Order: sequence, then structure tokens, then C-alpha cells
Amino acid sequence: MNIKVLVPTGALGITYCKKALDRGLKEKPDIIVVDGGSTDSGPAYLGKGKSKYSRSSTKSEWKTLMVAREKLKIPLLIGSAGTCGTDKTVDWFLEITKELAKELNQNIKITLLKCSQSKKNINKAFLNKNLSPLNNAPKISSKKIINCTNIVGLAGVEQITEAINTKADIIICGRSTDASLIASLPIMKGVDEAIAWHAGKIGECGAFCTTNPRSGVILISFQKNGFFIKPVSNNTKVTPYTVSAHMVYENSNPFTLIEPGGHLDVKNAIYEKQKDGSVYVTGANWVKDNNYKIKLEGTYVEGYQSISIVLIRDETYVTSIKKWSKQVENKVKKIVESSLSLKKKNYKIQFRFVGKNATLGSLERKTVEPNEIGVLVVVTAKKQYECEEISKILNPLLLHHSLFKKTELPTFSFPLSPPSFNIGKKYAFCLNHVISVKNPMDIFKLEKYSI
Amino acid sequence: MRLKELVKKIRSKNAGPFLLTIDIFCSNRKTFETIIQKITKIEISRLYKIPKKQIEIFPIKDLFIVKITIPRPNIQGSSKDRDLHGASFGIILEELKIK
Repeated sequence: MNIKVLVPTGALGITYCKKALDRGLKEKPDIIVVDGGSTDSGPAYLGKGKSKYSRSSTKSEWKTLMVAREKLKIPLLIGSAGTCGTDKTVDWFLEITKELAKELNQNIKITLLKCSQSKKNINKAFLNKNLSPLNNAPKISSKKIINCTNIVGLAGVEQITEAINTKADIIICGRSTDASLIASLPIMKGVDEAIAWHAGKIGECGAFCTTNPRSGVILISFQKNGFFIKPVSNNTKVTPYTVSAHMVYENSNPFTLIEPGGHLDVKNAIYEKQKDGSVYVTGANWVKDNNYKIKLEGTYVEGYQSISIVLIRDETYVTSIKKWSKQVENKVKKIVESSLSLKKKNYKIQFRFVGKNATLGSLERKTVEPNEIGVLVVVTAKKQYECEEISKILNPLLLHHSLFKKTELPTFSFPLSPPSFNIGKKYAFCLNHVISVKNPMDIFKLEKYSI
Repeated sequence: MRLKELVKKIRSKNAGPFLLTIDIFCSNRKTFETIIQKITKIEISRLYKIPKKQIEIFPIKDLFIVKITIPRPNIQGSSKDRDLHGASFGIILEELKIK
């Protein structure tokens, strides 16, 4: 047995080395697998159901992969299409694929795996005590679930296998776990589950498991009870260290990976350097869960936001920035209450001092006096109109507020015009839960197209 | 000496929207053992203002890596969050003075 999975990059949209891809294609892979999403870029993408990456770069990178697929006549699989993997972004990705098929004059079969969840069903599962919280999950309620803008379930090997089984040329999956994309075909072909899942985690970010993460492309070759990771790019190597250290990457527990249908335990894994420069991996253990669970991700609208940015270069004000901003805040709050009739609990004003402690806030331990401070003022309220009004009330104070009663009014620097901006809806993540299902496909859908 | 001068690298990342994971990469066993001894749950609790029982520390002896997983001080991308990718939380440890 020798099953080969080619991973061109850690994420479609961040570019990859085309020369390395060509070299990988010469190894005659059985499938090309690429990840298209993550929650790591924040809640706004799932919130809106939109992709983080530009349509043009997505299309150009996908085009190269579609050409490669046509040459080798092997399946091409993308997971978490359009960053958040909602039905809307899967449809967006389908549209790009259709355009390319026409431009490239390709006749192809496409299967979509749809992962968006109905709020009604998820709420029903919640009321039936069919949802359970994961580590550090926020509290949820029916109201929270119903107010979600989008909920997705993370597909695993079982759902992706169903999609691959349709014999499509291109498989576009909604939200899926990173590791399951790589693990599915090998498991279908009889590779040990633990080996396939382990390779899935190691290869999820492409060349991140090599000495040169920027090189992008990797090739994983499977035998029944082990897998080889091979460097594809000229300027990179794999070592037992680079391969095993990837278990640590963005994973809360370096020895365990929880996935749909079970968990992977790599405590006894063995990583061996081979003469041809590859690393051979064996020894992981897959522990099946008798209660099949799917992880859910959801977002809701926390409010609306507007921001203002003002630059303070005057030494006197730089050293007294906290006092100055507190005075501005107090003045604004009085005006907001009297002119906008808005109570304090219905909006928030945050002052973040760029150059001082904007990154770490109250956790900052360093105290160095900077030359200047950028004051980023973030207003959050229930309506955009309220944020805009508060920002406009703030403006003259940010421009001229004086710490001293008897001096001429100071003027501070606005780097942009207009000085304040409406951000729109402020989305936030609100689900870190799993749902129990009888059949893995219960909450997922397949759609088939021929072009 | 500051911790960053002792170790190879400190990396801070989100582990999903609700957890933060900080990896301390050491060059050798001696440093690795020093880190295990100095970077205790008490120390992490003090630096990150998080209750001790919510902190997990994993020493990975084959790689000389110490992994620390904590709840995110604010949920990723929520209105209170300041660091979407959890990129800078490791700096608190990098700049920690150790004897």
C-alpha cells in the first residue's frame, strides 16, 4: 500500500511555491488537499459568512490547483472553504470554481459538503441536553443560539469520506477540522486511523512541519501502519524535531487531539529520520468515542462600533495620558447622557494607548515613557447611529481637551479625515460546544454538480 | 537575565477562540529543567491574572518544549480583546526577569 496526499499550502489564499507544487505532482499523488479556513482570524468572517482572502488571489491559486488536478485526474479537495465554511462561502467558492472550469474548458463533477446549521435544530438539541460545553466554553441560552448570525458544524473523516465517495473531481467542503482533510482518503483506503489522523495534524499547515515554513508544499506517503513526510521544496528539510514539534502548534494539548468520532493520542509516537531525507512516523493511538460528537462554532452581534484615532506628541500630555483620557471620558459621558439620553450601561468607550500598553492592557509590565502615544478610541453601542453620535461628541474633546484651566486650548493630531469611522456590526464567538448525533451525516448535506 | 535570553523562542497562539497557548522552546535539557522549575502555575497565575486551577502546563521532554495553556483573558475578537491572534502574550514571559 502507498497512498500519497499532496498539500500545496497551509491555507489557500496565502500563496505557495509553484515550482515545489510541480515537483510534488511528479510524485503522482492520489489526492490534492488544501485547507481554506480557520477561526484564527476572528469572528467577523463567520459573523458575516464571508472569506478573509481576496476573491482574486483565491481564484488565481485555485486555478493552478484545478490545472494540476486535470493533468493528473485525481480528486482535489478543499476544506473550510471561504475561511468560515458556511453554506454561503461554499456557494461563493463554487461560483469561482464554475468560472474557472469555463475559462479552462474543463468538464468536471463537483460535490459540496455543506456544514451550516439551522438555529432551530441547534436550539432543540440544547433544550434536549444534547449539547455539551468544551473547555472554557461561554454560557449559552436559547436566546443566544437563536440570535446567532451563523452556526457551523465541523465535518470530520466520516462526512468527507461521503463526499469523496461521490467520485467528484472537485470536493468543496464547508467548515471541517484541519486534520480530517488529509486523514479521509487514507482511512478510506485502509490506512490505520491513528496514522491517518496523526498525519492530518502534522500536515495541516503544509510546510510548517519543515525547516522552512514558507516553502508551502509537502507530500505525505502512507503505508498501513506509518507515514512518511517528505520535503518537496529544494530549500527545506524535515527532521524528527520539525515534524513532532508541529503537534504543539495551535493545539491546547500537545499529546491529544480531539476530533469528530474520537481522539488521537501521540504520547508513544515514534519519529524516525530516513536516508532519503524523509521522516517516518508510527506509534500514535486512536481512541474511538462511542458517542459521536460534532463541534459547533457560532457568532452573534455583540453591538456596533466606531473608532477614532488621535496622536499625542506633547510631552506633558504623553506623561499624563491616563488622566487626560479619563477627563475626556467623563466629559463625554455627561454630554451623551444629556443630549443623547443614553444610559452608561448601554455603551462602552475604550481608550487604548498605542505606544504604551494597547497590546497587553492591564497585563503590560514595562514602563517606558514613549515619544508619542496614539490614542485609539473604540466606542461600542447597540446601534451604529449611537456609536457615530458618541464619536462625534468625542471629537472636539480629543482635538482640544486641556488638562489645565488657564492656558490656551491645546490641539492634537488627527492622522486621518474623517477622524472617526463606523466599523459596523461587532461580531463575537459564542459557541464552544459539541452536539451528539446518531449518524455522522445527520447535520450535514451533500450537493452534486456537473459542469 | 530575562527569559528571552535563556531560551530559543517563545510563541503565543490561539488554540481556538477561547484558549491561549504559549510554547517555550529550549535549546537543551538544562534550560528545559530550569524553565519547568521557574515557570510554575503560581508564576503564570501572577503574570496573566488567571486562577491557578485554569492553567495547564505540559513539559514535553523529548523536544525541550514547555507548553502553557490558559483561558484567553478575553474571548478572541470580542469587544474587549486587543490581540486577535493572541500573538503578543508570550512577550510577558520573554521579558520576565529570572534569577
